[in-house]
Order: sequence, then structure tokens, then C-alpha cells
Amino acid sequence: MSKKEELSKETIEHISKLALLDLTEEEKEKLSKQLGDILNYFKKLDDLDTTNVKPTTHPIDGLKNVFREDIPGESLSNEEATKNAQHKKDGYFKAPRILKE
Amino acid sequence: MSDTPQDVIIGLEVHIQLANLKTKLFCSCSSDYRSAEPNTHVCPICLGLPGSLPVINKKSIEFATRLALALNCKINPKFWFFRKNYFYVDLPKGYQISQYNKAGGKAFADGGKVTIKINSSKKEILLNRIHLEEDPARLVHKGSIRTSPYTLVDYNRSGITLIETVTEPVLSSPAEAREFLNQLKLIVQYTGISDLSLEGTLRVDANISIKGHPRAEVKNITSFKEVESALIYEITRQKHEIKKGKEIMQETRHWDGRVTIPLRTKEFEKDYRYFPEQDLVPIVIKKEFIDEIKDYLPEMPNERVLRLQKQYMLSEFDAENLILDKYIADFYENGVNKDPTFGPDEYKLYCNWLMNNIVGWLNENNKKIDETKLKPSHIIDLISNIKKGNITTKIAKTLIGDMMKGNSISKMIKDKGKKRISEETIIEEYSREVIDENPRIIEDCRKNPKAIEALIGRVMGKTKGQADPKITRKIMIILLRNMRIID
Repeated sequence: MSKKEELSKETIEHISKLALLDLTEEEKEKLSKQLGDILNYFKKLDDLDTTNVKPTTHPIDGLKNVFREDIPGESLSNEEATKNAQHKKDGYFKAPRILKE
Repeated sequence: MSDTPQDVIIGLEVHIQLANLKTKLFCSCSSDYRSAEPNTHVCPICLGLPGSLPVINKKSIEFATRLALALNCKINPKFWFFRKNYFYVDLPKGYQISQYNKAGGKAFADGGKVTIKINSSKKEILLNRIHLEEDPARLVHKGSIRTSPYTLVDYNRSGITLIETVTEPVLSSPAEAREFLNQLKLIVQYTGISDLSLEGTLRVDANISIKGHPRAEVKNITSFKEVESALIYEITRQKHEIKKGKEIMQETRHWDGRVTIPLRTKEFEKDYRYFPEQDLVPIVIKKEFIDEIKDYLPEMPNERVLRLQKQYMLSEFDAENLILDKYIADFYENGVNKDPTFGPDEYKLYCNWLMNNIVGWLNENNKKIDETKLKPSHIIDLISNIKKGNITTKIAKTLIGDMMKGNSISKMIKDKGKKRISEETIIEEYSREVIDENPRIIEDCRKNPKAIEALIGRVMGKTKGQADPKITRKIMIILLRNMRIID
């Protein structure tokens, strides 16, 4: 059985920064436990002997070259496309500014 | 610190939209988005809505194959797409579907080269790879990226096919980078995958470093012209920092058209957490497929140079100049083949008029040849009128502007009778010729100022009566006064 680990606070802070999430201290603690649990669950896979198993990148073996022709189809209207957006302006989606102060 | 150019290391990532495709890379939304209202060429796939599934545009694989062949890359027989994860408003899915040449993955094609000419010596610019990926959305800032209170997002561009060409870090100056891009542009135009004339079809990211220091990546260079200025700015900035004893930060910077500004601290490659895109199946490229594309691959610029030299007896210099713009070279061949009486002299004349006068006019007026009303036959007509003596070369040169509006020289001669030349520089040139050729009349002028009439008459003769007599008189008097022939 693999060793149980929690996700370190540094790792949580790093990945939350990549995900652009500002976490409170409590959230960080809670998530480090929860994500740690998930990873530990996956670690069960380490117990399997995979010496003779070829690496898999795609689950459906042998399926390849699925293409479509270069023929334009119908798109959504602007109204449909932006229907669920909370913030919009002049047909655009509106997002926070990119550069921080 | 030495200032030699060898200290500068530049690598380029050139993103080119395959603008000649009709649809996007993974969905059938039309790629003709430029004049469209925002967010009208979008669907669940390119908006990244949950549950949508991408399907590859077959033609993008064909186009990428064409470019790989034209650049002498080695096409990988099997590859798959990857998810490149990062959060930015231009990516609705939270990842970009791209290719990755690690973790078991392969680029579309590896290696390749582009030969450039720098100070008339040749240099081979080695390529690392080319790969396919989707274009992110277009961001609109109110004012500048620095001051805008919010960002507007238009997903019409999201999912357009991009082909990225990555050079090895082998470019050693902004001038080399410019030459490389000119050659790459030419090759892309000749392959027919993108004509690069539309706004935003090209974006360049540049990795720049001074030997022995970390590199900065400059993003958002959106035209060929800007590459050189962005590189010069960034090299100067880095050299200054080093001179002041500061460390160069490994970071991403944004080119705003004038300066580069820090955008975000460099994300390290592992932060992109690349992994195979499970919504797409692997692609296998067979030799037969490549051979078929090869058979239909259009003539490449270097092949055309050789053929033009042979077929029209042009010099290497002329042929190399002509092919610099595919449309100019096409125009040339269209023109010279229209008149069956054309021989080597006319081939050369046509080339001279096109390259010296027409291209000069286009550059001055910032136009492309297909944006004017000039037809290949206009230059044939021009050459024939000069040959018949209906018009002089000098006067014809003054009529280029009218010709670009679709007026033929024959028509202009017919409409206006003999065209008056009132351009002083041209009259002055003729007047100087006449003065040089007629020392005896000049001597006469010293004694008898009326002899000036003879000189004016000779200028009129040379211009077939087209010089404005009043202006000619004025100019002749000034010239003779300067020579102290008359008072």
C-alpha cells in the first residue's frame, strides 16, 4: 500500500495561482486535505504491476484519422451565444482587466 | 560588456493563420470572421461549452503538410493533440488544443530550414518544428491594455487554425529576424495556405536573450514591420539592465507598438500540465498522402527564380526581386505572356517598369497591386508607345499615377493630345542635357541673350513638344544665370 500524503500548502498555493483563484486560509486547508485524498485514491494504481502493459494515450484502440471536410456549417446567433453570460457589452463577453494594478 | 551582435540570441515562434481554410480547426464555423459582428461565428465547440466535441478539419492537415514539405521538415507519421492548460479570458475551455513534442507526443513535423540572404551571403536558419493549434479569442481593450477597465472578448477568432513555426535560437540580429520572416512569408504565400494580407494573420512571439543571461519572451508582435522594432527595443532594454548590474527576469512581456511591458511572470512549461487531448483520436500520416500533396505542391520561390532566369532571360537579381511578392511575379508573367512579339529586350523592359516604377508607386502609396486598376496589358501599351516614339520614357514616368487608376498611356495620349509636362524636375533634366550637348549655342548666349530661344526649342524637341514652354524658359534662364552665361 502506498504512503498517504496531504498536498502541501505550497502546492495548493501554486495551483490556485495557476487557476487564478484567491483562496482563504481555511479553504487552503480544506482543499489540501480533499485533493490529497483524491490523489491518494489514485495512488492505488501504483500497486498494480504494469511491467508488461504498453502505455496508453487514447482509450479507443485503433481509432485514428477522424476528420471533417472544410465546409462551413451554421453558427449560433450572437443572442444565443451570449445568452448565459453574466457580463456582456455590445455583443462581446465582458471580462475583468488583464493587467493587475 | 561587448556590443557585438554575436551576443544576441533570438528564437522566433511564428503563428500563421491558415486563412485560406473556410472553417475553423475543430468546428465548422466559418473562418471568414473579419468583418463579422462579435460572437457570431461561434458554436458550442469554439465557445468551449461543456459536452461539445471537436472534430479535425481534414484540410488543415493537408495545408500543414504543404508547409512542412516547403520548409523541408520531417513529417511525423503519427501524432496526437495535447491540452495546454492555462487560464486566460481568450481561452474559454481553460486549455488550448495544441501539439506537444514531449511526454510521448510529436509535433506535426520536425526540423526544416529557411535560407536567407544577409549582406549577399547565405545563411540557413534551422527550424525546430512546426505544429498545429487553435487560435485563442480576440481581446478588445478600451484604450490600451494598461488602462482598460475591463476586457471584451470576441470568440469569432477562437478555434481558427494556426500553424506555428518554431526556429532554433539561431538568429543573431533584428535584421536577420526580418529577413527570415520575409522568406517565410514568401514560402507561405507560394504554398497557397494563407496569403498573409489580412490583418492579424500573423503573430510573432520572440525569445530574446543576451548571451549568459535569462531570456524574455515578447508577445503580441502583430506585423512583419513591428518585429524589427520590438526586437531592437528589447535588446536595448536588456543591455541597459545588464549594464546597470541588474538581473534579467525570465518573464513574458507585451509589445504595445512602442515598448515592451511586463505581462506576467514566466509560467514554466510544467505549469501548462500538458496531457493528450482525449476528445480527438491520433492522426496517422501515410507516405502516399504526403506524396500526393507533393505532386500538387505549387512552385516554390527558389524554383521560380531559376525558371524566370531561364524562361525570360532575366538576371538573378531581377528574378529574385520579382518573386519577392508572389502577386507581382504573377502579374509579370501574365503581362509578358500576353504579347507574343515579346523577346528578351521586352522581358527586361517590362521587369524594369514593374519593379522600378510600379512597385515604387505601390510602396509610396501603401497599396497592393490588386488594389489598383493596373492591368498587365497597361505596361505592354506603355512599352509599345515608347518604342513608337509617341512618348518619352521621362514623360511616361510622370504618368504612372494615372496608369494605376486604369488609364492606358494610349488613351491618355489620345485624350489630351500631347501631354504637357509641367513638372520642373523633368524639364530641368532635359534642359541640362540640352546645355551639355550644345556648347556653341551657350557661347552665343553670352553675346546674344536671344540665343536662349534656340535652347528652349531643343528642349521642346527632346520632349516632342510636351514641355511647358513658360516653365522651360524660366528654368533655362535660372540654369544659365547659375553658370554665369547670362545676367
